[in-house]
Amino acid sequence: MSHRKARAGLRTRLVLAFLLVAVVSAVSTAVLTYRAARTAILQQAQDTAVSSFRDRAQSLVVQLPVQPSVLQGQLRQMAREGKPHPWVVFAEYGSLRLSSGTRPVSTVITPALRRAALAHPRGSFQRVDEHGRPWLTIAVPTVFRPWPGAAARPTGLTLYAVMPLTDEEASVQAMVTAARDGAVPGLALALVPALLAARSVLRPVRDLRRAARNMGSGRLDTRIQVKGGDELSDLARTFNESAVELERTVGELRDAEARARRFASDVSHELRTPLAGMLAVTEVLDEDAARLAPDTAAAVRLISTETGRLAVLVEDLMEISRFDARAAELNTDEVDVAQVIRKTLAARQWTDPAQVVTDLPDGIRARLDPRRFDVVVANLVANALRHGAPPVRVRLSVTPRTTAPPASPAGAAAAPASVSSAAPVPPAAAARIVVEVADSGPGIPADVLPHIFERFYKADAARRRSQGSGLGLAITLENVHLHGGTVRAANSPEGGAVLTVEIPLRCAEATA
Amino acid sequence: MPRVLLIEDDASVRAGIELGLRRRGHDVRTAPTGEAGLAAIGEFHPDLLLLDLMLPGMNGVQVCRRVREAGQLPIIMLTARGDDFDVVVGLEAGADDYIVKPARTEVIEARVRAVLRRIEEPAGRADVEFHGDLAIDRVALNVAKAGQRLSLAPSELKLLLYLSAAPEQVFSRQQLLEQVWEHGYHGDARLVDACVRRLRNKIEDVPASPRYIQTLRGFGYRFGPL
Repeated sequence: MSHRKARAGLRTRLVLAFLLVAVVSAVSTAVLTYRAARTAILQQAQDTAVSSFRDRAQSLVVQLPVQPSVLQGQLRQMAREGKPHPWVVFAEYGSLRLSSGTRPVSTVITPALRRAALAHPRGSFQRVDEHGRPWLTIAVPTVFRPWPGAAARPTGLTLYAVMPLTDEEASVQAMVTAARDGAVPGLALALVPALLAARSVLRPVRDLRRAARNMGSGRLDTRIQVKGGDELSDLARTFNESAVELERTVGELRDAEARARRFASDVSHELRTPLAGMLAVTEVLDEDAARLAPDTAAAVRLISTETGRLAVLVEDLMEISRFDARAAELNTDEVDVAQVIRKTLAARQWTDPAQVVTDLPDGIRARLDPRRFDVVVANLVANALRHGAPPVRVRLSVTPRTTAPPASPAGAAAAPASVSSAAPVPPAAAARIVVEVADSGPGIPADVLPHIFERFYKADAARRRSQGSGLGLAITLENVHLHGGTVRAANSPEGGAVLTVEIPLRCAEATA
Repeated sequence: MPRVLLIEDDASVRAGIELGLRRRGHDVRTAPTGEAGLAAIGEFHPDLLLLDLMLPGMNGVQVCRRVREAGQLPIIMLTARGDDFDVVVGLEAGADDYIVKPARTEVIEARVRAVLRRIEEPAGRADVEFHGDLAIDRVALNVAKAGQRLSLAPSELKLLLYLSAAPEQVFSRQQLLEQVWEHGYHGDARLVDACVRRLRNKIEDVPASPRYIQTLRGFGYRFGPL
């Protein structure tokens, strides 16, 4: 699930980045355009208005003293000549207020404009928003020249023009709308390159992920198709080069391992033939030793004994090399487990209750390989008798589901120290048979515990040769694994080692 | 004392087994190749053939087939465990039992005696029993089907006699290994399976849907019900 999230994240991030860029550029373009255009439009309107009003105002001949009715007429005349729009003209002279419109005083003219009008004889203007409507207000004081060429003097009569800028505002609004309407499809269009770019990035990434997973699952001949020359192609190329190298190295290791395995197997095979001849005559040696000189007899008995042990060792080596070559086969049969265990004990004369105590409930049927299971039980009991102390207890039971073996090796304070074999864990729901072999000895030392399933592991530094081949528990482990089960070693709280085997009731399909 | 012919290519194994068996009173003849062994059968008339599977030239499985075609001479294969495929092929070819090398002489001799031993017959049975088309003569030790005498290997005959002595009783493979093959413990169930297959090919009308020797999955085999 996490990779899916990450993938979505990458795509989302790319698309969002694209959109962000598109939005920023669209918005900034729109804002700048809007401001420039708005300024230009308003500027043009007000320049026209101001200059034409100034011309009108200055060409106005005012009779002093002011005749309101005459001035009113003149104002109306001026109002008709408004540019670019009609305007309303107001005149203020002392306390006299006249206008070309219906009201003598404008509500739009601000005190600031009135002050500015007095200060600037050339006229001044102001843009005012009233009730959301924009207005242009212009003030021009009228002047007179006492004689031609003299400096102009204010007459005290100030003319104001008030002009709505509704059309200009509408033009600006139209531009904003156009910008907005253009931006939305623009953003939608920006999604397309965004998705394309995301895909072009994601496909190689996905290829890489798939290839990496294939490599991980052991298909080392996985390669990625390299297209183009961008960074992702470089990555793919690097991946391919690494894969080639890895394949080569692993191939060499495998070859070496296969050679080593074949060598061990061949050696065992080669040893077996002379042993077959030797083992066939040990009986003759044993029988006739009594009639020989003591030294010769001792030598002959030694040869006989060691030949037997050598045969066992070679057989165990063969078995191990078959496990290593994965050539070990499971020949399963449906058997009564208690019966099989009893036969195993009887065949090796472990029937004395002082030696071996059993708790073997009848009627537990399981499908397993009787020969291999026999080896498992025999090795565990032999190990308990050899390294522990009698009586050895062999218990058989069934557990309806997997019990999790304690994973920590020796050292846990409360729990008994244990080491367990790593094995393919069968489904937890599978019922399993459990065989416990416990001895009455001192238990397994903590430093030995993790190693007891190792091949040729010698518990003491003197490397004392044990009576067995040194492969017994390693073979036990392999045989249990072959059945899909687990074996673990621990020390019971009462002292003494406990080796526990768990095998699924149905380890394999019927072979017959 | 049984006459044993040993076909084995390795000189020391040949010498070792010959010495061991001779010390136990057997009359032993050896041959280094399959061809020489087949020739020796004609002049030595052995009671039993000990046959190494790995032979130069004609291999053990081929020798086994040839011997089986010619008659009912008991055959025990000498094999190395792990040559599993060979074991199965050898059993299919008609071997009665196999011994894993290296083996002690006592083990070899026990196997030889087991193969040669007759099934203990309960007293007071009719000499000839009829089961369907089969006529089983427990005294003369022969089996006829629809009047035709069948050529059965010793293990096939013993298995058939054992199963038919208790019709409709189910025997597990381990039981059969103990009773018919006398394997002390945990024998190889493939011995039984291979023998059943060979026997069915000879006595059943349709070996794939057997009438005489029926399989009970998970339990074993039984004779009948017809």
